[in-house]
Amino acid sequence: MQAAIIVFPGSNREQDVYDALERASGKKPLKVWHRDSELPKADLLVIPGGFSYGDYLRCGAMAAHSPIMREVSARASRGTPVLGICNGFQILTEAGLLPGVLLTNKTLKFHCKDVHLRIETSQSLFTSRYEAGQVIRVPVAHHDGNYFADPATLDRLEEKGLVAFRYCTPNGELTEESNHNGSARHIAGIFNEAKTVLGLMPHPEDATDPLLGGTDGQALFAGLVEALA
Amino acid sequence: MRARVHVMLKPGVLDPQGKAIAHALGSLGFKGVNEVRQGKVIDLDLAESDPARAKAELEQMCRQLLANTVIESYQIELGQ
Repeated sequence: MQAAIIVFPGSNREQDVYDALERASGKKPLKVWHRDSELPKADLLVIPGGFSYGDYLRCGAMAAHSPIMREVSARASRGTPVLGICNGFQILTEAGLLPGVLLTNKTLKFHCKDVHLRIETSQSLFTSRYEAGQVIRVPVAHHDGNYFADPATLDRLEEKGLVAFRYCTPNGELTEESNHNGSARHIAGIFNEAKTVLGLMPHPEDATDPLLGGTDGQALFAGLVEALA
Repeated sequence: MRARVHVMLKPGVLDPQGKAIAHALGSLGFKGVNEVRQGKVIDLDLAESDPARAKAELEQMCRQLLANTVIESYQIELGQ
């Protein structure tokens, strides 16, 4: 699997996801600078976390309208899988590749800690190595991760099985407290209609090395390698 | 031609910053602040001098970049 990571000014988790992808696939991902007009041939496009363009205007808004994102959207519409993590999720919503928007955390604070996520479906490229209902522990690091969409959009996401992950307790319960940032219906990550685009706020790439305190994110990358090899 | 764009969160969209401001006003002793909503003001200086064309262009700017219409509404004010 050849992955390409799109790097914007202000991206800062590109090396984390690079390492996770390389460990899973044995192949070095490509890094694509936002000014590059040519997007190389790739099996997977990744938009990493960070603070692209300093979060000016709205998180992800400037990056979403940069020329390289037009190319990413074109590839996505032809079926190339796209993974957006944290700021990458914000960029995908601003670019219209995923519905909804990420608002400021309900606490008004930057959250940097491990959280528990319930896997909502194993029926996707990204979650095939997990079981539906399984609980994993991965870090979050964001100020604006409070998922919002109108009730009709939320209903449609649920009906079509497009919710990928929800914030939960270690036992998989959806309590008010476990929904640390106030996301609508505890949503931590969603797919597009074709389930070829995934956006999520938590950082599975930072849970792929035992030295960093957990490896629950490994299966996401292993599943992608298996599906896209 | 100068223009000013006001961007506000739509009613019903949680505005934690507005809530924090309302709370701070209350603790400063300003009683009776029922609600605060915080928005953005964007001033633009446009080469276009025809108001109708400027307005049409600003509409596009708002829809494509200046506002996220999932959560925000916008209002365009044309100057001289």
